[in-house]
Amino acid sequence: MSVVTAEQGAEPGAIATRRGRAHFWEREAPLAYLFMVPGLLILLLFMAYPFFLGIYLSLTDKMVGFADFSFVGLDNYRLLLNDPVFHKTVANTLIYSFVTVPFKLLLGLGLALVLNQTFHFSRFVRAGLLLPWIVPTAISSLAWLMLFDSVLSPISWVLKSWGVIQTNINFFGDRWNAIGAICVANIWRGLPFFAISILAGLQAVSNELYEAAALDGANAFQRFMSVTLPVIRNIVLIATLFSIIFTFSDFQLIYVLTKGGPASSTHVFGTYAYQTMGFSALGQAAAIALSMFPFLALFAAILLRYIRAED
Amino acid sequence: MVGSNRFTQRLLKLWLPLLLYAIFLLFPFAWMLIVSIRPDQILLDTRINPFAIVNPTLENYRYLLQETQFPRWIWNTLVVTVGSTALSLACSILIGYALGRFRFRGGNSLGIAIFLLYLVPPTLLFIPLSQIVSRFGLYNSYWALILIYPTFLIPFASWLLMGYFRTISRELEDAALVDGATRLQAMTRIVLPLAIPGVLSAGIFCFTLGWNEFLYALVFMGSGDMKTVPVGVVSDLIRADVYFWGSLMAAGILGSVPVAIAYAFLVDSYVSGLTAGATKG
Repeated sequence: MSVVTAEQGAEPGAIATRRGRAHFWEREAPLAYLFMVPGLLILLLFMAYPFFLGIYLSLTDKMVGFADFSFVGLDNYRLLLNDPVFHKTVANTLIYSFVTVPFKLLLGLGLALVLNQTFHFSRFVRAGLLLPWIVPTAISSLAWLMLFDSVLSPISWVLKSWGVIQTNINFFGDRWNAIGAICVANIWRGLPFFAISILAGLQAVSNELYEAAALDGANAFQRFMSVTLPVIRNIVLIATLFSIIFTFSDFQLIYVLTKGGPASSTHVFGTYAYQTMGFSALGQAAAIALSMFPFLALFAAILLRYIRAED
Repeated sequence: MVGSNRFTQRLLKLWLPLLLYAIFLLFPFAWMLIVSIRPDQILLDTRINPFAIVNPTLENYRYLLQETQFPRWIWNTLVVTVGSTALSLACSILIGYALGRFRFRGGNSLGIAIFLLYLVPPTLLFIPLSQIVSRFGLYNSYWALILIYPTFLIPFASWLLMGYFRTISRELEDAALVDGATRLQAMTRIVLPLAIPGVLSAGIFCFTLGWNEFLYALVFMGSGDMKTVPVGVVSDLIRADVYFWGSLMAAGILGSVPVAIAYAFLVDSYVSGLTAGATKG
């Protein structure tokens, strides 16, 4: 009882301080809005404005280099519905962003668990293994371009010298080979991102809990499922959604490796829009790029739920 | 007996998997290095073991630095990256400070909005942006990228700095205010100096993101001698199906060095920045 009275007694004082604060914070508001102005100006001018301009362009038949154009309604989108290349583009993008995820996730989790042990030069090793993710993708993709070259590929050379294959593999010769090659390069680039994100989450796993579980006779797998996984669950989900979003909207890796070929069979949204813009059909290209938006909005909405859940 | 058992366990749980990961993750870099020091006639001779280092030469590097525009691309990339990083940092410090330390109506929603902008990819905006860039007469001008790169740098850096500003104790600032300092004085003399590590890492991340950007650079500065490193390497060293593999790989090595060095110092703070910023929003 006495505890309750003490708390009640303290309350008026706390409220008074809070009221004093409220007055105080009110003066922060004008300054806060002022601070947002320079950044928001840039974001409005070069993000919000082009976004709406893009929607408008996608409803016109604007061509590069021609001043005249007219409003065509949803014609550009209607054209896409009957465009076999666009169908392949949608399929490729979904394959590219979802098939690679389990590989990046599991291999990244494995690497994080390995790196979470204490050993000499661990900082150095960590930085080294992060390289695929930090060097410019356009540049590392050039290395993959050569690794998958139809004549000079060292992969073909090794397989030939082991007698596994007789002639060089034509990695970019047909659609599925090319998509496979692209996915391998993407897994290579994205794996370290999962690894370091999960590694950061692993630091929060309590050692005592882990040891207690070990004493209770839980084996390594049970310990992972009951102690480690609940702690890193949200970080894994957030990293996965980040990865899906950035893979879905990728451009450079595919641009360097196949440019959408052979025969426009490996395009993703970004490369197909770029190619269409190259043919000067700006309205059509804008419609292709904007087709990404519903997907991205969905992924972002899911991501936002998990990030808010963290609060 | 016990010792060798521990050694075997360590080998199986640490060194062996580490070796396999290292082979997969570092192989393309080793390959770049091997090719970059190979003379052409050996490179193109498919009978020779592609991994053997035969008659190593620096000719590819000399060709790259003297007979291509590579040094110019490095300069362009530096100008664009430093310019956009400075602009983004200035804007992001203000936004991060406002979102991290001020309570005001709409503050939370603005924070969420900034986070969502981070998810907007260049592929979504490059087509209408090309119209805006040409209307402002910014094609092939440094200003195009210096003004446009902040669209992905500001959301990222503001998010990171917002998280950082929140970790700085309020009491210090309140004490200064009680002592009669104005809010701006408290900010510039008390909080900002404490936030220097955060500002520094935000700056380095901006630098590397700018250095690596490809699509905007390709579309807005992709012709003439205004190319950035990634664009120049991809579009000038490959001409109509003729691949200058040796100098391509040399360019790959040299073009990766700046970001590799920058990140080597920052691996740990990157992770905490991204995830802490992301989870504490």
